[in-house]
Amino acid sequence: MAQRNITFGFDFLLHPAGFDIPFHLLSWQLTDTYGYALLVCSLNTVLCASMSVVLATALGMLIALMRLSGNPLAAGTARAVMELVRNTPQLLQIFFIYVAVLQSLPVPRQSIVFGWGFFLNVRGLLIPSPDIDPRMWLLGCVVLVLAIAGWIARPPGSIIGVILGPLLLLAWAIAAAFSASWDLPAMHGFNFTGGLRIPPELLALWLGISIYTSAFISEIIRAAILGIPHGQTEASLSLGLSRGLTMYLVILPQALRMLIPPLTSQYLNIIKSTTLGAAIAYPEILQIFGRTVLNQSGRAVEVMTLLIAVFLSVNLLTSAVMNRWNRRLMAQGR
Amino acid sequence: MKTLWKPLFGSPLNVVLTAGMLALFYLTVPPFLHWALANATWDGLSRKACAPDGACWAFVRARFPLFIYGRYPQPERWRVDLAFVLLVLISAGTLFAPRWRGWWLLALLVFMPIVGTVLLVGGVFGLEPVATGDWGGLMLNVVLTFVAVVGSLPFGIMLAFGRQSTLPVVRWGSIGFIELWRGSPLLAVLFTGLIMLPMFLPNGVTVDNMIRASVVLTLFVSAYMAETVRGALQGVPRGQTEAALALGMHQLGAQVLVVLPQAMRLAIPGIINIVVDLFKDTTLVSIVGLFDLMGVINQSLKDPNWLGLAMEGYTFAMMLFFVACLVISLIGQTLERQFGSAARTPRR
Repeated sequence: MAQRNITFGFDFLLHPAGFDIPFHLLSWQLTDTYGYALLVCSLNTVLCASMSVVLATALGMLIALMRLSGNPLAAGTARAVMELVRNTPQLLQIFFIYVAVLQSLPVPRQSIVFGWGFFLNVRGLLIPSPDIDPRMWLLGCVVLVLAIAGWIARPPGSIIGVILGPLLLLAWAIAAAFSASWDLPAMHGFNFTGGLRIPPELLALWLGISIYTSAFISEIIRAAILGIPHGQTEASLSLGLSRGLTMYLVILPQALRMLIPPLTSQYLNIIKSTTLGAAIAYPEILQIFGRTVLNQSGRAVEVMTLLIAVFLSVNLLTSAVMNRWNRRLMAQGR
Repeated sequence: MKTLWKPLFGSPLNVVLTAGMLALFYLTVPPFLHWALANATWDGLSRKACAPDGACWAFVRARFPLFIYGRYPQPERWRVDLAFVLLVLISAGTLFAPRWRGWWLLALLVFMPIVGTVLLVGGVFGLEPVATGDWGGLMLNVVLTFVAVVGSLPFGIMLAFGRQSTLPVVRWGSIGFIELWRGSPLLAVLFTGLIMLPMFLPNGVTVDNMIRASVVLTLFVSAYMAETVRGALQGVPRGQTEAALALGMHQLGAQVLVVLPQAMRLAIPGIINIVVDLFKDTTLVSIVGLFDLMGVINQSLKDPNWLGLAMEGYTFAMMLFFVACLVISLIGQTLERQFGSAARTPRR
């Protein structure tokens, strides 16, 4: 390295970056530093990963339930979709959604209108943005803390402790949605003003990762539910519990225990898959750091070390947390 | 008819589900068939020849050789075909031959790489040399998958044994290596390999992009291979090692001659999964500048004669990958039934 006049050091993180990040959650100016750019693009990665975790789990559960429904039409369709998704490359699916679907959408003037302020065009998905009162946010924080505290401190076997938190959060969300003033996107001249714009890159990456991972998650959920001996259902029904309560109190808690280790590795895969954003120029950490910053600063070794370090620490941390939770659930089972 | 009536319309929920599914089919299937078959254009020299609301399969037909072979010279393409046929035959022999499994495996791991290199690279026995820069299309995906799997098998087995070693340096070294590669995203690793590797080499030495990608993929897959093999090694009963040692074999012999062959049998389903995942993941090399199937399609979409045909190109690629991966998975499931259960039932 010395032969090529390359020095090693992380001082470049304090230098001004001078490039634009097209999509950012925090404010971003050209004069901000490379170090701050790392934070901004990491947030983009986190945003896409968390959106994907939610959607992939929901879709996976939907496919699993369809396959377990006993209706041959629903089960067969779910199986076919799952096999198609699982046996084609993730990158191909992302490109398909991005290039073949989203980039062939109409221009803003001829947007597809969904109603309630939702518009879809070649520049992305426009959704209404809520303007929530600061006092409401404060109340939300209190509710969240209460929900977490209640979940940790709940007496063993209590149902109330488990469902109270989510119910409170749901109640807060409904109250916030009604009290907020909604900013609807509207057409002005050639473009939209107001509302929130989800860029097509984020949309493609989000949908691509979610659909691909949901196929694997559905198999995990199905295996976990089928893995519970049928005697458990029979015993619970013969004790007089209804079908719903049997599912909620007997099957799901046991299935959850088998679910957690494989689900963790799928969530870790989601975090790693967000790097595919570099293929469609979504400003996530690999795109901004591995491409733009590397080209501008020429600090290849430092940039790549940082990148790998970020992903390794996130991965190791997540698996440590999930392992702890898993041990806790296992301990409850004994 | 009677047996289908109950699951389809037996309860209110099932009626709703059936009606919903039928509505979904009605909304999606006829438009798709209309686009893909009824209104499709199969012949033509450019986009203009195609019907506006149908699929333009003429594009895929015109570009088919490029999608499969990349820029591999036309008169030499029989070499790719021959190598592929050999690969399929030897793989089938390794997996399904009733006897001489060891020889088949040796052919797959030693004979096939040598013959494949001679055929594809050329330059000896009167074969025209072909630069790896001209390799592309689906052929490149298959070559990369093969190289990475064959390379990672010995490496992964060594790492798996290393992880179980009693020597702390070997054990922690193996664990560190495995976790480092499993914790980092493949694309980040490929970026590192293709951009950073040249900086560590002395001036004037360049390594071919294709070789660099193969090395990175091999190291990456080794970590996953090691975990699969480790799981399989743990699945072999301890009594086997003890019996071998009691018969007077030394530790190395017991592991290599007794435990490993049994473990590899258990590992086959896991290895097949790795092959499928790897085959899909080789498309990532298109982002770092190689022209695999994905890269060739993306390039063809920019051809002014065939603009705006992304739907056709990607649908075709999906079909190719779907069929290939489904076939490999089905083979895996067959083998799993064949050995998985046989290996798990206690022998009397």
